[in-house]
Amino acid sequence: MKTTSIMIVGVGGQGTLLASKLLGNVLLRQGFDVKLSEVHGMSQRGGSVVTYVRFGDKVYSPVVDLGEADYILSFELLESARWIAHLKKGGHLVTNTHKTPPMPVITGAAQYPEDIVEKLRARADVVALDALPLAEQAGSARAVNVVLIGVLSKLMPLDESVWREAIAETVPKKFLEANLRAFALGRDAAGA
Amino acid sequence: MKKLMLGNAAVARGLYEAGCRFVSSYPGTPSTEITEEAVGYDGIYAEWAPNEKVAMEAAIGASIAGARSFCAMKHVGMNVAADPMFTASYTGVNAGMLIAVADDPGMHSSQNEQDSRHYAIAAKLPMLEPSDSAECLAFVKEGYAISEQFDAPVILRTCTRVAHAQSAVELGERADIPLKDYVKNAPKFVAAPANAVKRHVVVEERMRALAQFAETTSLNREEMGDTEVGFVTSGTCYLYVREVFPNASVFKLGLVNPLPVDSLRAFAGKVKKLIVVEELDGVIEAHLRAHGIRVDGGKDLFGLLGELSQGKLRAAMGVPQPESAPYDEMVPARPPVMCPGCPHRGLFAVLSKLKLTVMGDIGCYTLGASAPLAAMDTTVCMGASIGMAHGFTKMRPDAAKRTVAIIGDSTFMHSGMTGVVNVAYNKGVSTVIVLDNAITGMTGHQQNPTTGLTLRQEPTVAIRIEDVCRAAGIERVRVVDPQDMRAVEAALREELAVDAPSVIIARRPCMLLKYVKPNPPLAVDAAKCVGCKSCLRIGCPAISFRDGKASVDETICVGCGLCEQMCKFGAFQKKEA
Repeated sequence: MKTTSIMIVGVGGQGTLLASKLLGNVLLRQGFDVKLSEVHGMSQRGGSVVTYVRFGDKVYSPVVDLGEADYILSFELLESARWIAHLKKGGHLVTNTHKTPPMPVITGAAQYPEDIVEKLRARADVVALDALPLAEQAGSARAVNVVLIGVLSKLMPLDESVWREAIAETVPKKFLEANLRAFALGRDAAGA
Repeated sequence: MKKLMLGNAAVARGLYEAGCRFVSSYPGTPSTEITEEAVGYDGIYAEWAPNEKVAMEAAIGASIAGARSFCAMKHVGMNVAADPMFTASYTGVNAGMLIAVADDPGMHSSQNEQDSRHYAIAAKLPMLEPSDSAECLAFVKEGYAISEQFDAPVILRTCTRVAHAQSAVELGERADIPLKDYVKNAPKFVAAPANAVKRHVVVEERMRALAQFAETTSLNREEMGDTEVGFVTSGTCYLYVREVFPNASVFKLGLVNPLPVDSLRAFAGKVKKLIVVEELDGVIEAHLRAHGIRVDGGKDLFGLLGELSQGKLRAAMGVPQPESAPYDEMVPARPPVMCPGCPHRGLFAVLSKLKLTVMGDIGCYTLGASAPLAAMDTTVCMGASIGMAHGFTKMRPDAAKRTVAIIGDSTFMHSGMTGVVNVAYNKGVSTVIVLDNAITGMTGHQQNPTTGLTLRQEPTVAIRIEDVCRAAGIERVRVVDPQDMRAVEAALREELAVDAPSVIIARRPCMLLKYVKPNPPLAVDAAKCVGCKSCLRIGCPAISFRDGKASVDETICVGCGLCEQMCKFGAFQKKEA
């Protein structure tokens, strides 16, 4: 099988590393060769963060370059715009519509671009949703990442049960119920 | 069973399986997790040293004691540890010793992108370079075997895309490696001139033997395919080459010092064009050229800067790139920022307000250099702030009343305190601010000699920074709460005014520590907000400006109250808990 590439992008502190861990577990369980690449340290402090996940029969490079991503899972709208050039022609973008203004916008040195979702739709197949209300509905505002994973799972050719097992394995027990609900709500939102 | 593992975790697993008993390191991205993982294994004693030099010396001592030993550092940490390393090359080891160094091409979290392969050449030590997690584990074991066979510390070089990449590893059992006997051997271990003259002969013989070993070891391998182009490469670059050229002939180097010159010469003879793919400096390329081996492309194609990737490889080799549809508007940058409630923010707001000259240092507080605080004039290396403030104010005595050095608690213990000794001894007048947030922050919360806990989370002596400074002869030492901006400003004005050295300890624990509880978020009273934007000067990610008024993001505000202190109109109000 050809290598499939996924990027998880967002703002440092949003829980992108948990999402990649979850994905890694799902894919390894399916017998794929898997590589994940993340960045720790300086950039995690509220900066733009990106994690690469690649899987297939044999994966070489741990990173995803311009025009190579089959899927981009984005936790923040501006980050979708920043990384969209990495999406393959015909690739899928799943984006949260939540906006976190970066420091240059806060200080007035730059503007937060408008109509990002519309402009992204002109470039790619986009599922855009505000994941926070769904996460809250599921019982935990922190489950935004699992809502988005739920959306992604609907687009990927893997069985639902595999995802649920990986969630059970990755998420602490006391948050499991809420996270499974968040996952289901994400899947529903993808179908809508 | 196969398990997905971070490169750093795989190095730690390798230590466990190789029977390593002793680990000492100083944290540094991207090397930190090796030691954090190693401490979790039975049979490995692991500790944080105050700096990389001490870590290296401790590992040398443990090796001489007969235990397989290890230390890890980031690339710039090797500068600190270089002194003992160069002479450990002469003394050799007793039990095997491994030194991990993690380079950071692209400078994800570093102040430079030096190439640590030069150290292996200069110190005359063997260096291994894994490509992925499975090789991290395997090369650690191989490294100990080489260390003991050739009587030398062995360097394991990784980079961000190995250290912080996860891939599958196969786990094995721990080898039973008993403690070796210690027998006094002064001619070997006392590097005084008379002994060292003889040891240098041994070092050169060893390098010749290692060069022979390089020709036959399975760490290096020739993968013959299409012979139009042959690539010589190592580490992550091997992965990028294979990604773009799955059928090309490749000579993959696992042992990058010394190089297998004869094998590489033979490989060059089998391919029409020889291309060397390496990140940062042209170390392999220069070596091949020096030995008269024809190189048809290398640094002229790939340059000396930053990380490589499959895309950069395609661009350099004239391979078509995949289609890509970039966003056609300027996307504002998202630089890292101090967290909401960060105890450093209040102090930097005062430094910014007073427009002081600030000699900075390495840590989360380096973020104080960014807009809008922009309160930093220099950053060089761990501990540099204090020495630099001394030199600066000695040459510009008029500037002493406007100049401070700023350094964190862990960095102070690392190499800041010798700077304080220098200030006291040489009659300096520097004002030093120690930002004591009770943890090593930027690398992800490691204990240090001031925190009262070891790496194993055992209680220990907590070294008091104020006692260290007083013992060094600094009479003016005081503690302030950096969240109290008025108190910070008063302390600064007072200490800058006197013609004596002083230390101000700005003490408040990192907001991300579990025991630090957030306050309820603040809210803006729109009727009182006049839109003056004073609050935006502290660079808090929780505050933004909407429709002419300040606004607080309640989901990330932790109620530190700095904005309340900045506002002259009382627009920020604490919500009732």
